[in-house]
Amino acid sequence: MNEILEKKKLSDDVYSMTFKAPRIAAERKAGQFLIIQLDTSVGERIPLTIADADPVVGSISIVFQAVGETTHRLAAMDVGQSIANVLGPLGRPTHIEKFGRVLCVGGGIGVAPMHPIARAMKDAGNDVSIIIGARNKSLVIMEEEMRRISDKVLIVTDDGTYGRKALVTEPLKEACESSAPPDLVVAIGPPIMMKFCAETTRPYKVSTVVSLNTIMIDGTGMCGGCRVTVGGKTKFVCVDGPEFDGHQVDFENMMLRLGAYKGQEKEAHHKCHATLGIKEEVK
Amino acid sequence: MHADAATLKAAAAQTLKELEGRALGPRDRLAIPCQDMPAQDPMERIRNMNEVALGYSAEQARVEASRCLDCKNAPCVQGCPVGIDIPRFLKLAAAGDFSGSLAVIKESSLLPAVCGRVCPQEVQCQAPCTVGKSLKGVEKAVSIGRVERYVADLERAEGRRAKAVVAPDTGKKVAVIGSGPASVSCAADLRKAGHAVTVFEAFHRPGGVLIYGIPEFRLPKAIVDDELQGLRDMGVSIETNYLVGRTRKLADFMSEDGFDAVFVGSGAGLPTFMNIPGENLVGVFSANEYLTRSNLMKAYAKGEAATPIYEADTVAVLGGGNVAMDSARTALRLGAKKVYVVYRRTIKEMPARVEEVAHAMEEGIEFRFLENATRVIGDDKGRVRAMETVRFELGEPDASGRRRPVQVAGSEAELAVDAVIVAIGNGSSPLIPQTTPGLNTDDHGRILVDENGMTSLDGVYAGGDIVLGAATVILAMGEGRRAAASINRRFLG
Repeated sequence: MNEILEKKKLSDDVYSMTFKAPRIAAERKAGQFLIIQLDTSVGERIPLTIADADPVVGSISIVFQAVGETTHRLAAMDVGQSIANVLGPLGRPTHIEKFGRVLCVGGGIGVAPMHPIARAMKDAGNDVSIIIGARNKSLVIMEEEMRRISDKVLIVTDDGTYGRKALVTEPLKEACESSAPPDLVVAIGPPIMMKFCAETTRPYKVSTVVSLNTIMIDGTGMCGGCRVTVGGKTKFVCVDGPEFDGHQVDFENMMLRLGAYKGQEKEAHHKCHATLGIKEEVK
Repeated sequence: MHADAATLKAAAAQTLKELEGRALGPRDRLAIPCQDMPAQDPMERIRNMNEVALGYSAEQARVEASRCLDCKNAPCVQGCPVGIDIPRFLKLAAAGDFSGSLAVIKESSLLPAVCGRVCPQEVQCQAPCTVGKSLKGVEKAVSIGRVERYVADLERAEGRRAKAVVAPDTGKKVAVIGSGPASVSCAADLRKAGHAVTVFEAFHRPGGVLIYGIPEFRLPKAIVDDELQGLRDMGVSIETNYLVGRTRKLADFMSEDGFDAVFVGSGAGLPTFMNIPGENLVGVFSANEYLTRSNLMKAYAKGEAATPIYEADTVAVLGGGNVAMDSARTALRLGAKKVYVVYRRTIKEMPARVEEVAHAMEEGIEFRFLENATRVIGDDKGRVRAMETVRFELGEPDASGRRRPVQVAGSEAELAVDAVIVAIGNGSSPLIPQTTPGLNTDDHGRILVDENGMTSLDGVYAGGDIVLGAATVILAMGEGRRAAASINRRFLG
């Protein structure tokens, strides 16, 4: 089960991995995610988004950034090895219908979960445009795959090393102000990016869906660790989401909650780097 | 209060010697001293996760069992949700025939080592015990649960568990959803009848609430693993990482996968929150999350486990049930310097097992009765720094017969804490009802079943907390067995 079939390094610390998971490949829909765990006894369970699936081969693909203990260990695994535990597909699928003009904004590795959503939106007859944002050229991922879905792909980088030098909110604002504004914006990326995307579209009253990635344990609605405040109400990202109306999400509270274990994670990160022989840059 | 195992054993040996060869009348039996449960020293145990109650010695088990009056009407059996023949198993235990004693329990219960530890005996079998009534105190009743635990533990320790007898294959296939007490009992009975049984568990490790919910210091995980191994040895297949409703829909089991019946034992996994301001601050947890991190994810093994658990010096636990006790005592073991249990009624109304409350008190947990939280207060980083509380007094009895707590006007106060654990109960897991058209539930989301344990869908049965709401291990077990019996009848019919 869960044998790794392919592994690619997309940039410095971003990897794509394809592994066998026939049941999930058959059931998953755009917008859903997985929980993985590398060690049944003492591993942590982390949520990861699904970038692609092949129901014929029975495989799914994930794109992840090696940022914590588990993602570092995952990045160190090779083709032929198996991921101990994979649970999915989790969460509610993206609501797909013909909205008209759909603008997909993917930031960093948020481009990966955007991929199946953009494709499903396209298949539903929408006019799909895509903005890919990254800090610099080396962190731009899945450009080719996205271009296969839409001929309207705009790349922006923070430092201008590739595409336009801008934050994703600039072309987003321009789109909202244009003569053909989007009927729906889907924004997936770092919390701060999603927050500002929602703020950007708010005055134009353009519906904006965001996909949240919070701390989870079970991913089945049992612990409430992933809870966020949406429109003043508590929602569980794992079963009520992961997608919510961006204009209703309390991003400040969500970002604070994401930092709950910062001190302990840092410690684990150092230890993990040491075990895996990764040298750390002094910042 | 606290006595060490060797002293208790020696005293019991002495008692046993005195009783030997004597024909004991009721008066003699009532005079036999109650056997205390040896336990780890409170100051010692709050620094480890090991089991607190150490279990009787053979001598203590025999002496305690000898206290049974063997009443003709056996009120204890009436008090047992699964009707174990208690006087008969106690009589055999008193005579030293421990394997015979266990065999009697196993006629009715499949998880004696678990139930001996977690059943609320003082409100079940031990509540109507004549010994307790004669001695004017339920705590003086025969400690039925402790003797049950002893005979079950002995078998495991001696590794002489007989493999269950399985009937020849019937060609029928049953899917069992969840792997907690209801599911395990249902699966065992179905497999014994010769059906092919597959258990589907969402977590990476089976056992349900016995694994993720109840801490090691109250129920060692080795016991649960042992029960599950017994199930596998019988030929039950257990699939982990399988969330019915998402990985596959329940309806597909029967329409496409060839299952002839389904049992839903998915439990009461939906945490209830207080719905008070500040509840989403950093440092507020559902008991489910806090306990799962510690138990299933082993966050207590710092340095070994990858899952972190929130570090806090002062912890408030809201609630008065077993889960609240487990949370409070876990927080203490994880290094909290001060742990409060905040409960809006009094000790008399607390639903927790008496033994757990006593253990928590011995360990230095501070109980704040007739008090409740109205708001959680954070610092500038969104982390909990205090809780606003109000005081209550008891008013008229409510529908449950307990006196209703009434808020005292102007009693608002601030209690400095840096973590809050909400342990005020769980609702039924909503995923299966949500993703299974035609599966009827009540207003609380509990699956509705008929007297055979069957749901509104033909061939789909349910039991345990998904039907009862958060209840007990023994009730869940009874439900699982009832559904298994119905499924067996269905196949024969």
